[in-house]
Amino acid sequence: MNGDVLVYVETRDGAVNPSSLELLTAARQLADALGGKVDAVVAGSSRGAVEALAGIADRVLTATHPALEQYIPEARQALLRSVIVERNPAIALFAYGVAGLDLAADVAVRTDRPVIDFCTKLSATGDEIEATSLIYGGKLRAVSRARTPAVAVIVPGAFPEAQPAPTRRTITVEIAAPPQLDALRTAFIAETRPAEGEVDLASAAKILCVGRGVRDQASVAVARQVADALGAEIAGSRPVIDNGWLGKERQVGKSGSRVKPKLYLAVGVSGAPEHLEGMSGAELIIAINTDAKAPIFGVAHFGATCDLFDLLPALGERLERGQEA
Amino acid sequence: MQIGVALRLIPDASGELEIAEGGKDVDREWIDLKLNEFDDQALEEALTLKECGGATVVALAFEGLGADRLLQTALARGADRAIKLRNPLGDDPPARGAARLLAPTIRDLGLDLVLTGVLATDGINGQLAPLLGATLDWPHASAVSGIRFDAGAIVVRQEAEGGFSTTLRVGLPAVIGVQAASRPIRYVSGTKLRQFIGEKFAPMGSDADSGDLGTELVRLERPQSEGSAVMLEGDADTVAEALHTLLIERRLAKGAPR
Repeated sequence: MNGDVLVYVETRDGAVNPSSLELLTAARQLADALGGKVDAVVAGSSRGAVEALAGIADRVLTATHPALEQYIPEARQALLRSVIVERNPAIALFAYGVAGLDLAADVAVRTDRPVIDFCTKLSATGDEIEATSLIYGGKLRAVSRARTPAVAVIVPGAFPEAQPAPTRRTITVEIAAPPQLDALRTAFIAETRPAEGEVDLASAAKILCVGRGVRDQASVAVARQVADALGAEIAGSRPVIDNGWLGKERQVGKSGSRVKPKLYLAVGVSGAPEHLEGMSGAELIIAINTDAKAPIFGVAHFGATCDLFDLLPALGERLERGQEA
Repeated sequence: MQIGVALRLIPDASGELEIAEGGKDVDREWIDLKLNEFDDQALEEALTLKECGGATVVALAFEGLGADRLLQTALARGADRAIKLRNPLGDDPPARGAARLLAPTIRDLGLDLVLTGVLATDGINGQLAPLLGATLDWPHASAVSGIRFDAGAIVVRQEAEGGFSTTLRVGLPAVIGVQAASRPIRYVSGTKLRQFIGEKFAPMGSDADSGDLGTELVRLERPQSEGSAVMLEGDADTVAEALHTLLIERRLAKGAPR
């Protein structure tokens, strides 16, 4: 084992995902502490991503194979396993998201490494890492240690995005595709993209997001009226979407959109880590939740614990009156 | 076709969670346990597959407080068989140990497909679906919200970030981490539940596990809420007025406050 830190880089349309750039900030801190290098793994041909990593990673490890051109979990698992066995980094980092779920625990088991989930802080000394993780939907923090080599899954938003250092020389290393890629049991069929012209939460200036606390569709309708009066897009956290009260395209969080509006009004949202990762970059966050200990208040700028069923009509009335003025 | 569903009872995080003496676990004295909400979705998806494709559904849960009731409820909802596994790892076994304990039983039962919830928030040592898939050396995929059978395989829809989704064909046997079932969780009547209330389940499986996770929990903490939120006090009307004023001041709403 060396002091290197390996980052699995996620890309979309040739661009590096913000959560991967955040991992690269964490990786640099850890590699500096361990006296190692930062390796960024890019699966499939993605020249744009490789160029974007110049001045950020020390080495960009690329692998090409037809099975790596789309996202096939089994193919990525085989690639990561192969790279980690060959290079034996002290720490391998993944972003908490679908790929992080598919890959991190898998490579941990198959390369006999410990794995720590939901990390918001991570430090390394000698042959050990110490992590702080959000558990129970962010209600508690777990501080833990693991021997290295180890795998860690970092919650998006925990670190700033890495910026290129003009003096850092980045080399690109083409690595061999593992033979398992020719005998996969999983096949890619199709990717579905969000429909054009539908709501684009990522570019919305104002968002009113409803959470589990709204309890039913009728209350979502009331929230929608308030959103209309505010000129905001209505959005929902996962339980609201799973209940069918709003369409999937209106979901904020891990499996929905990552948003950065000027205003994020969260109503009845508890603030599980997978929700916070999608919205904690908003300029102004206002949270309404009757549970004063709800994690959403940890990221909100303003909050209130009053009953949302009373608040929404009262706020809607004022906003409508303001529009008429 | 046999579908196994791994079900876990975890502390209900919607209630108060106190840290136990010693600082390394939640205080389980007064805590409510509930079925992990994503496991609930996994069970529903398994039952939907059974109805669509003629599969047998086997509910799997570790022994411990509430396990019998959990399995009885699974039978009442439509599972064909319920199995209680031995659990040498104590309450709420860590997912990595749970995967090691589940794997031999899953092989012995000859299951074709194992579904479980995409995640549980009660532990830090990995999520069960990928841990189990890797332990069994079966293909696996997480964050799945739709499954159908397709000639000896399954076709799954995997929900990615930003409204993207990927459709994959996964050869069997396989493990799937379910995000959401294809339809809402079914209601179980009291009458139906009472049919299974007397069912007892003899523990099966191995009672030996090293318990090694490679990690050491140092302590649990309650997050300081960073003190960032300025709390607006008063009843709903007062808060609405304060919010409206704030939004106008920030040029995020039109009008003049009262």
